[in-house]
This record gives sequence, structure tokens and C-alpha cells, in this order.
Amino acid sequence: MKTEKSRLEKVLEKNFLAVTSECGPPRGSDPSEIIEKAELLKDHVDAINITDNQTAMTRMSSLAACIHVKQLGLEPVLQMVTRDRNRIALQSDVLGAASHGIKNVLCLSGDHQSFGDCKSGQNVHDIDSMQLVQTIRYMRDEGKFLGGDDIKVPPQMFVGAAANPFADPYEIRIPRLAKKVASGAEFIQTQCIYNLDKFEDWMKRVVDRGLHEKVHILAGMTPMKSAGMAKYMKNRVPGMDVPDELVKRLSDTPKEEQAQKGIDICIEDIQRLKEIDGLHGFHIMAIEWEEKVPEIVEKAGLYPRPSI
Amino acid sequence: MIVADKKPIDEVIETIKDYEKILLLGCNECVTVCEAGGKKEVEVLASALRMYFLNNGKKVSIEEKTLERQCDHEYLEEIRDVIDQYDAVLSLACGVGVQFTADKYLSTPVLPGVNTCFLGATEKRGVWTERCQACGKCILASTGGICPVSRCAKRVMNGPCGGSTNGKCELGPDTDCAWQLIINRLEAMGKMDEYEKLSPLKDWATDRAGGPRTVEREDIQS
Repeated sequence: MKTEKSRLEKVLEKNFLAVTSECGPPRGSDPSEIIEKAELLKDHVDAINITDNQTAMTRMSSLAACIHVKQLGLEPVLQMVTRDRNRIALQSDVLGAASHGIKNVLCLSGDHQSFGDCKSGQNVHDIDSMQLVQTIRYMRDEGKFLGGDDIKVPPQMFVGAAANPFADPYEIRIPRLAKKVASGAEFIQTQCIYNLDKFEDWMKRVVDRGLHEKVHILAGMTPMKSAGMAKYMKNRVPGMDVPDELVKRLSDTPKEEQAQKGIDICIEDIQRLKEIDGLHGFHIMAIEWEEKVPEIVEKAGLYPRPSI
Repeated sequence: MIVADKKPIDEVIETIKDYEKILLLGCNECVTVCEAGGKKEVEVLASALRMYFLNNGKKVSIEEKTLERQCDHEYLEEIRDVIDQYDAVLSLACGVGVQFTADKYLSTPVLPGVNTCFLGATEKRGVWTERCQACGKCILASTGGICPVSRCAKRVMNGPCGGSTNGKCELGPDTDCAWQLIINRLEAMGKMDEYEKLSPLKDWATDRAGGPRTVEREDIQS
């Protein structure tokens, strides 16, 4: 059985700038929240990432939420972390996802459980995120389970990974991406970008090494809701690079206008990054602010989305 | 060595409070080096317990003995003649010693007096850090001599994860990022090209996952 490629893959293959966004599943069994969030994004994105117990807070499973999103006619990206499941469960869920027509997966290691609501829980980490990429590619391309048995109908997945252009240690930022590409990642969604100069420098080095020809890089964008959020992101969130100038721009804006300023800055940033060589799209993560995504997509000149 | 830490005395009291004749059994190996269960700690704990029970008007006899090792049949045999004189043994050995003692003396309650923590090294007196999780298949040759299994909070084999900041783990500034240490070593040895080699999926069959493990050496068995 040969299934059709995912919309996200086709958009990228046809050299359109792709647009993805992200929703967190609810902390309960009522799916209406995720359905409402997804409805807000419906016409403005190519695919929606569904997070997998992000920040290690127990939520509805990513796979179940993906199925709800899929039933609305939208295309989900199943996020899978290696924190909570071993290689048996991961392979099993990949098959389950494929059986529901889910065609994109993003492989992550996941935040440590000590940040979440089950601090005394065990973590699994049987394989890491790159090995999960390898595993899913192996299942798809070789049609085999890790154990060597044939898979009757292999899962057709477009396989992605995350990258942080600002992460430490500095010297391996590019080698680490190269390693993710070597593991089989076909698309990359980056950490939130606020330091555009540094990101442009990273992209230049990505292009110098030719990695942009092997993987589709989507720039992660998160609009700031307030000067307070900018300060929090700057000082508290590991691996985040928020320039002082951005904090100042927001702080200098009257409080009631800061949210709109945050949106405007995000749009400006996208417009600047659209011109970068080798960048293939945007991953807009408006945290609990999904209703703003259409405005950002439209004003950044990424609307309408191509019909594929 | 196996690093252990003393259990809080309240917890120890709670576990032994129903017994009247107790043998406080130390071990002269790892727990002596990490100052949790050697002769000295046996003496200190025995005094504290005696004091507690005396103050609480409870008649409890606590005798002290420290064996060369509690993980060796030969030394554990030294208490065979006296074991029946006690209601319980409070062992200050690691979990191995406690179990080996319990295995040997079927009808005697053997209670742990320390928490067995990890396989580690002495940084300085009073500070021990983890170095090994005994996964049974050493990969240090390919990770610059720094172990991601025991020192990375996510045991990432192709690290670091996105949480590494200024050389520290996402857990916080008290924890080094193992992958930063690995990269520092690879750089210092001029072997950074090794960084880009993908680590294969680890075979955890030799780890805890494979069930209780045994090492058998026919060449030295008598």
C-alpha cells in the first residue's frame, strides 16, 4: 500500500514556504479544547504539531489529540518524546498513528519529568530523539521492525526533529544538526528565534555545509505577549536567546499595547527571515494564543496557503 | 565504589523499634570509604540509638560488629554462631550486603541502615558523585571517557539535548551537562570528528532491563 505524502511534505517539496503551528492537548478527557484551537488555525497553516506531554505535565495523549485534529480535516504533526515510552511502545504508536492517516512525526527527547506533575516518576529514554528518527525511517524505508521482522504495511511518515540554533555548546550547533540530518530527519523545526542576527549566522553555516539541501528547516516563531514574557523567556527558559533590544522595545511600549507590539514584531521578523537563503518555512508557536496565528500568517504574507 | 548515605535516624528507629536485641552490623568496604557504614559509623549510630531508647524508657540491647565484607560468604559466616542471639540485624552495608546477610540467615530480620545511592567517586571528603550505572556494556571508548548513561539525566546517546545551557544540564546549575564534558574531552583530544558518528541503539539486555544479572568466569572457578 502506497499512501499519499503528507501535505507538509508536498508543500516543502514544491518549494513553498511551509507554515506549521502548535497546540497542546487538554488536561482532561474533553476534546473540545483541542478542536477549538485547531479550528482557529485551520485555514492558515499546512500542519499542526500536537505536543506530547510538554513540560512533562500529564495531558491527553498526543496521538489521541492528533486523531481529533485529523477528523476535522486538518493535518497533524505527531510529536513523540522518548521520555515516556520504550522502543516497543514507540514503534507501536507509530503504526497506530499511521493507521489513522497521520503522516508527520516530530521526534524529541522531552523535558525532564522533574519539571512536570510527576516528579517522582521514572523516565524511560530507551532510545534518544535521533535514534527515534532512525527507527521511524527504518520502519518506513526498510519496512521492518527494529527486531528485524517485516512490517506488513510500513508506516508512511514524514519524519522531523527539533534544533536549537542558540544552544550550547556553541561548537556543535552545526555538527549536531548534521547528525540529525544523518539520522534521517527530513524537516527541522527550530527553537523560538528572537536573535535574528545569530539565527542568520547559523543559517549561513547551515547553507555553507549544504545541509539546507538535505533537510527542510522551519524557523520557530513565538510572539511575545508582554515585556514580562520577554524577560521571563530571557532569564528563565534554558537555551533561549532574547536580545536586550527586544525586551526594551516591549518595555517601552504602553502595557495595553504590548501584546499587539509582540505580534507586530513577530510579523516583522518573519518578513525578514523569509528572505534568508535555505529557510523553507515557519513554525509559529503562539502559546495559548492560537487565535493570533491567522493575523500573523496573513500580515507576514504567508496567506493564502497553497492548494496542493 | 558503591556510594551509600546514612538513613535519617528517625527512619532507623521506626524500623527497629519492635526489637529488643539488635546487632548493628557494619562493613569495612565501600561504605567505610564513604563514611556511611563502617566501624566508626556503627559506633556513632549505636550510641545514638542507645541514648534514644534509654531516654524513652525502652530496654533495647544494641551490639556492634563490623565485618570485612558483607558481600562475601566467608566473612558473613563469622556471625553464624551468634546470629540466633539477636531479634534483628541492622546492617549498614550497601543493599548487596543487606541482601546477602538476609539470604544467609533465613529467619532473622535484616534491616537496612543506609540508602545505597550509586557507583561513584570521592570528589572531596563529604562529596561523592555518580560515575557508573553498571549497564553491563561499557561505551566509554566512544564518548571521550565520560558516561552519558550515568551522567546525562536523559541518558541521551547522541547529545546534548536542547536543555544544555552554559555547560549545565536543564535540571539546574548544580548538574554538569554530560555532553558538554564529552565534547570538551573530544576537543582536547583532537577527536571532534568522532562527535558526528551516530551512536547505535543501545542494547539494554545487559542492564537492569535484562533481569537480575550474573557474571560467570569459568577460568577462575574452583
